Formats: sequence, C-alpha cells, structure tokens
Amino acid sequence: MASERYSFSLTTFSPSGKLVQIEYALAAVAAGGTSVGIKASNGVVIATENKHKSILYDEHSVNKVEMITGHIGMVYSGMGPDYRLLVTQARKMAQQYYLMYHEPIPTAQLVQRVATVMQEYTQSGGVRPFGVSLLICGWDNDRPYLFQCDPSGAYFAWKATAMGKNFNNGKTFLEKRYTEELELDDAVHTAILTLKEGFEGQMTADNIEVGICDASGFRRLEPAHVKDYLANIP
Amino acid sequence: MSILAYNGGAVVAMKGKDCVAIATDKRFGIQAQTVSTNFPKVYQMGPTLYVGLPGLATDTQTVFQRLKFRMNLYELKENRIMRPKTFSAMLSNLLYERRFGPYFIEPVIAGLDPYDNQPYVCNMDLIGCPNEPEDFVVSGTCSEQLYGMCEALWEPNLSPDELFETISQALVNAADRDAISGWGAVVYIIEKDKITEKHVKTRMD
Repeated sequence: MASERYSFSLTTFSPSGKLVQIEYALAAVAAGGTSVGIKASNGVVIATENKHKSILYDEHSVNKVEMITGHIGMVYSGMGPDYRLLVTQARKMAQQYYLMYHEPIPTAQLVQRVATVMQEYTQSGGVRPFGVSLLICGWDNDRPYLFQCDPSGAYFAWKATAMGKNFNNGKTFLEKRYTEELELDDAVHTAILTLKEGFEGQMTADNIEVGICDASGFRRLEPAHVKDYLANIP
Repeated sequence: MSILAYNGGAVVAMKGKDCVAIATDKRFGIQAQTVSTNFPKVYQMGPTLYVGLPGLATDTQTVFQRLKFRMNLYELKENRIMRPKTFSAMLSNLLYERRFGPYFIEPVIAGLDPYDNQPYVCNMDLIGCPNEPEDFVVSGTCSEQLYGMCEALWEPNLSPDELFETISQALVNAADRDAISGWGAVVYIIEKDKITEKHVKTRMD
C-alpha cells in the first residue's frame, strides 16, 4: 500500500552519524525571522521581527508572539504553520496540567513537554521534524525563566539569546550588553537593539513584536507601547 | 447494605494552630465479623502529608497504590515535593476518571504545605468532589457520630497536645457508637518538623 511506503521514520542516520533532516530543520530556522529573548532581574522579554512583503498587508492581525497560559509566552524563528501547531499543543498541555493539579504549569515542565513533542517528530514514521526553534518565557517561583527549544527536541535555559537570521551577530551583541542586574525596561530596550543589529530597512512598531513576562503575568506589548521604546533608540 | 460499609472503618482530620492531625481506627471486618484489628486506613504520602482512605478495603489498597504511582512520577518529573492542595486535585481527578464505576472510598487528606506551612484538611466523596473546610473533616461508617463529636469538641487554634486530645476523644467516642469501626486507633499529629504517631487503646468489643 502506498501509505505504508512512508510509514518508516524519514529522519534516518547518515553513515557519519548525523541526522541530516534535523540539520535541514535548523537551516530552516536560521533562514527565519530573528527572535531575541532576555531575562531581567524582575521579568523576561521576548521580541521578534514581523516583516511584511507588501504594504497591503494588514499588520497586527496575525501574531508571532503568543500567550500559552497566564504566566508563559512563546515566540519562534522558522516556519509559521509549524509554530501554530506547537502553540496549540502547548496551550493544551498547560490546561491539562491545570486540570490535573489545579496549579499553573511550571515553565520548565511546559518546556519539557513541548520538547518531547518535538523529539517525537524526529523519530516517528511519516512525519518530518518541526522547522522552528521556540523561545519560551515564563514567570514562576518568583523568578523569570527563558528557554529555547530546537527541532531535535533539545532545550536550553538562557539568560539571553537570539535565534533565526543573523543569530550569531545577535548573540555576540548580547554577550557584550548583558548584565545580571538588568531591569525589565532596559531588557526591552536591549532586545530591540539586538533585533536592530541584523534588521534590513526601517524598524517600526508595525514590523516588530515584543512580549514581556513578570510577576503579573505574560502580555504582548501594544504597538503604541512598542513605539515608545523605539523613540528611545538612536 | 452499601458496599462502602462492607468492611467498616473511620477516619477524621482536624486543623490546629500550625499543626494538623489525622486519625483512623484499626478494624478490618467483613460485615459484622471482625477479621483483623491491625488495618489502619491512613498512609503517609509526603514528609507532612497524609491520606486516609476509608471504605471498601480492596479499593483502599488499590487507590493507595495508584496515588503512590502518580505521586512518584510527579516528584521525579518536577524534582519537588507535592503540596497537599495539589495532591487533593490529583486524587479528585483519579476518582472522577472512574465516575461511572467508582472506587468505593471516601478519602480524607491532611497535611502542612511544605512551602508555607499552612495547615490543610480536605475530604471528598467517592467520585472526587472536594470539600476544604477551615476546621475538621470526617469520613467512614461513623461519619455522623464523628460530626457530632467534632462539632462538640473542636475549637480554633488548638495546640498540638490539645489537638491530640480532641481528635482522639472524637474518634474513640464516635467509633464506640458504631458496630463496625474501632478496635484500636492511630493518631498522627503533624507539625512543621515533627510527626507524632500515637496508638490509642479503645474498647475491643
């Protein structure tokens, strides 16, 4: 049967021991829009570029920065449609946890579960790995969290990081700029500056998105609010 | 007769000042015939967390094992211990999953929150409807007698010693007025860094 033809895993080892499908997935991520995440002393910020090809595009209707549950938010670099699926799954997992334990899911738990889903897509039959890396930010135990989740299912905890196009320049920039005692407002400023590093064209409140998370929960910044931050940028 | 009263037994839990207590009888019977006088229905689930599972004895043991299973997984996955409130939610879920073929037990939970040391008591029906009052909870075949005793004896801010006296008198006197509860009792007094387990002698007829 034709359906059986692809029932084996499409991600298979090359003779040298590499999984090229995962490397291709990482290439898809590296070609995607830049995303930045920075942990501050009193919160955490995630930011991304959301550039449009045409002036006819209706901005602020489709978002890249998404809330997963009250105290967790997420953004991606890579393929949009793959991201939507992970957002849906992550929201569902957060609610399942709440239903079972009547307490909000810890960020680390959510990340682990999302990473498990991503890993399954590297070993199952008839599927391909996700073409996205995720930045997941959250606030629990009275402190901020920032994680990156890769297509392989590997995940990392960062103080600050960048993904997507030009991520190496972004990371170098952050290494120079980052300090432990950074405040949330400064972190937003630094995140926007980092995005600006590799940004082609004029940066406006309509082509970037910022999300912040602190003790009061996660929220996506309004374009007017982003504009205020941009006003302080040379 | 209800299958909940097939083996008999009683559990009660009370809040005190910075402490909680949970007590159980020791009888295991088959209807009116006493089979064992060493069958406590209270289990330790954490450093300051206890659960009592009175009802059908076979379900007491099965539910305890399934709770332990879920809790061990939680504590390994999350690398932290479970709060009593979280434990209640988990048990409530476990019971409601069997909504149309329930385990015949009516659990009682007692513990101190490991993070802020707040006393916590809770009981639920056999399909997991929780009840979290500020004073005491009762369960088992002499729950009516227990309610009477607790309402008469309990008062706010009892010290650990007073709480022991109150809960012991409540359980012993309630169980004495029920033919299928009693035959010895165990009382646990849970404080921040101290658990006291006391075996209480009761009428053996």
